[in-house]
Formats: sequence, structure tokens, C-alpha cells
Amino acid sequence: MKKIINNPHDVVPEMVEGMVRSYPQYIEKIEGTEAVVRANKDSMKGKVGIVSGGGSGHEPTHAGFVGEGMLSAAVCGQVFTSPTPDQIYAAIKAVNQGQGVFLVVKNYSGDVMNFDMAKDLASMDNIPVKSIVVDDDIAVENSLYTQGRRGVAGTLFMHKILGAAAQNGASLDEIDKLAHTVLPNIKTIAVALSAATNPEVGKPGFVLKEDEIEYGVGIHSEPGYRREKIKPSKELVNELVGKLDQEMHLEGDKKYACLVNGMGATPLMEQYIFANDVLNKLEKFDIKPSFMKVGNYMTSIDMAGISLTLFEIKDDKWLEYLKMPVETIAW
Amino acid sequence: MTLTVDTLTTWMNKFGEKVSENKQHLSDLDTPIGDGDHGFNMDRGMKAVNEKLAASKPQDVTAGLKTIAMALISTVGGASGPLYGTAFLEMAKKSSSTDDLSELLEAALAGIKMRGGAKPGDKTLVDVWEVLVPEVKNGSLDKDKIKKAVESTKDMVAKKGRASYLGERSKGHIDPGSESSGYLFETMLETEGLL
Repeated sequence: MKKIINNPHDVVPEMVEGMVRSYPQYIEKIEGTEAVVRANKDSMKGKVGIVSGGGSGHEPTHAGFVGEGMLSAAVCGQVFTSPTPDQIYAAIKAVNQGQGVFLVVKNYSGDVMNFDMAKDLASMDNIPVKSIVVDDDIAVENSLYTQGRRGVAGTLFMHKILGAAAQNGASLDEIDKLAHTVLPNIKTIAVALSAATNPEVGKPGFVLKEDEIEYGVGIHSEPGYRREKIKPSKELVNELVGKLDQEMHLEGDKKYACLVNGMGATPLMEQYIFANDVLNKLEKFDIKPSFMKVGNYMTSIDMAGISLTLFEIKDDKWLEYLKMPVETIAW
Repeated sequence: MTLTVDTLTTWMNKFGEKVSENKQHLSDLDTPIGDGDHGFNMDRGMKAVNEKLAASKPQDVTAGLKTIAMALISTVGGASGPLYGTAFLEMAKKSSSTDDLSELLEAALAGIKMRGGAKPGDKTLVDVWEVLVPEVKNGSLDKDKIKKAVESTKDMVAKKGRASYLGERSKGHIDPGSESSGYLFETMLETEGLL
């Protein structure tokens, strides 16, 4: 393992410290926690708070999206490990303005349980809290007999839409309804070239041969659905768009937002090549995305690979929310 | 089978030592079917538990169990934090009406099931607790039964947590949470005057 760190145990606190000290105009630390809250407190006045969080290692998610127009606070857990209820609860209290707080949770058993416990703590203090569990990764079959689909890069769109709605003054119930209406329209699928190395573990989560790739890998090196030899970008795009098409039935008369997301160790040069191929492929469906982003948004430490998210925009308001300006480190 | 502050503290010290000695092993079990950090997370949690027990010197079992629960909930994270934390929190609640270890463990098991929603056979720590709590009650807990309960998870297909993404491929691996629960029951046996 070769990493620019001091001690593997100090990775999260030192990273959070670095973020808040580098960008004091956007975020500050909530005392006694590894959670960050908006620096611009006036921007939260009278609004519903939007809190997200999860394990660290996905930077700039989640702290990079805290700021006016997006998240109110983000809770940074240990690497690839859900944050604890006391920290989540501290974030809820820090952003509550009397209008209630909405939690964006990704569908992992740890996150779901810890955020649930934080909700219990908040309800004891009469803070109204609602939540959504994002499960956009189509690599996993949705089944009653598993944890269900994972929350991955599509969560970024959820953060943006809900953050914008809250900024515009939507109520907690309206945000809850919006979140549940938006969720089934966001779908993501990934391809990995190599696994991430958690600094506390010291070795990669799995090993692929020099010329091998794996489709459907999750953001904590969870296994995907197929391994094969590396192919040209165009063919990777065919596979991933094909999977998304099976799931959402792509059509030219529908509107889409598109996110090409780097997993941490894939250069932007490759991401743009891949994005170009995605746009070519979508053209065959007569689709020109109404909104597009390319870059490292939901990473998996040093995993090499890319995920592709398509979001069917069923309401023009959603597009307006995506385009609204924000004051964050990373949007 | 009365739980006292002294036996509780000794039990937790022994459990903490066992987790610490085996943290790499627990994380190795977690690597093929999870994300390889169970040992490190539990070790961090048990260190906090034993530091807080030493610092706060709880006056009664309820205070002790609550200290343990809060330390686990606030330091372990992941799925293990809420599951072990809920177990000790439910024991703390129950301890206001009884100090019988087997009754406390029954409350803990009910809490674990409520929090995680896992059933027996899902390849989780429930598979160990479900089998061993009645053994504690019958006064028949021993090392072999613990080993057997932990090993039973090996051939199960995971239906909860990250291992569930592997489906059939989760077979052939012992569930790491079951292994750490095995340590919890083993150290019960090793704590003089507890059972």
C-alpha cells in the first residue's frame, strides 16, 4: 500500500480537518464530530435541513456537496463504514430550523440502521425527521432475499434536487414526496478496472488480472455481475447503456440527465472518452441529455473504473433544480 | 447466573482482549464476503468500552450495560455498531427488572432481530445468538456448542448485509459477525462466576 497519509487510523479526522480549513467559505466542522455543516447559516434559516452521510472514501461525496442550495450537513463515517447515530444526530440538531430535517441514506445495512437510530434519537427530542434510502445500482437484483440494491453515484442527483427544493422553501412533507417520486427514475451501473485499498485494511478489496474488468462492482468493492477481458471504451459503453436500457427502456421522446462518474483512479481523459462514447450511443436512441456531468463525484478511494447514471426527468421542475446554482466545494 | 458489575467488567475485558488478538482474523473473514474491516471496527469499539468502564466505574449493572451500549453505538459504526449496541441497550433496559444473565441475553437477541431484521438462517450473528442463548439458560453452554454454532454459518447463503450481494458465492465462508459473537459467548465461559 502506497498512500499519502500519516496514520491509517487518522485518515478521516485529518481529511475532514483539511476540507474545512481549505474551504471555510462553504463548510465548518460540528464540534466533537466528524460531521460538517454549512458555513452560511443564514442560507438555512426557515428551511428544511437536508442531511446526508455515509462511510468516507467517496470524496467529494458527501462533504463536498454541503453548501447553499444543496446539503445542509454531511456526516463522515470511518472509511467505508457508516457513521454512528450520535454523529448523525449532532448533524440533525445542527441544521434543524424548526421545519424538520430530511435524511438521504444509501441502501447499506449499516447506514440504514445507524440513520434509523439517529431518527429515533431525534424523535425523542421532537425534531420531525423523514428519510429516503437511495438504491440506484442496477447491478444487484432487487430481491426480498437480499439487502436490495445499493446506493451509488445517482445519489448525487438526489442531493441536488432535494437541496434545491429545500432552498426554494419546500416543506418536509413536500421534500419527502419529491424524494420518493424522483428515486425510481435514477439508475446507475459501473465497471471496475481495479479495486480500492482501504487504508486500514492495507490491501485491495479484490484482485483483477492485468487485462480483466468487472461489470457491476459497487463503491466498496462489492462484487459485480461479470468479469471479462478489457475492451475498447465503446464496447464498455454498449454493455452499460444496454443494462440501463433493459432497466429503464430508453426512448428519444423522454428527457434524461446523465452522470459519468470516475471511481477515483480513472483519469478525466478516459472519463471524457467514455462520455463521448455514451453520447454517441445515446444518439442512437435519439437521446441528447438535458443535463450532463462528467468527473469524480462518488469515488471509491483508489478504485479504477467508471459508473454511468441516467436519470429520467419526468418533471421540468427537476431539471430546474439540477441547474440551480449552488455554493459547494464540488458540484 | 447473576450478572454483577464485576462479572460484567471482567467479561468485557476478556471479550475486548479476544477481539484485539483476533482483529486481523475477523477482518480476513470479512474480506471475501464483506468489506474487510469487522475486526478493526470491533477492536475500536471494545477499546472504547473498556476505557469508558474503567473511567466511569458504573455503580450498578444497568449503568454498566448502558455505558457499553453507548460506547459501541458511538464508535463501531457499520452494521456491527447498531447490532451490538442495540443488544447491550436492550440488556440495560431489561436489567431494571432482572439481573439473570439468560433473561438479559433473551432481551438482547430480540433487540438484534428488531434492529437488523435478520432471521435464523440468514447467515448473520442471529444464527449464533439464537442457538446459544437457550444453552446459557439451560446451563449447558460449552466451547463445542459455540464452535458448532459459528461454523453453521459457513454453508449458509447470506440474506442480509453486504454478503447478501454475493448470493450463492457467500457459501463456504464463516460470517464474521457470528465469529465475533462466538468470542462473546466464549468469554462468558471464561469469566469466573458468570454462568
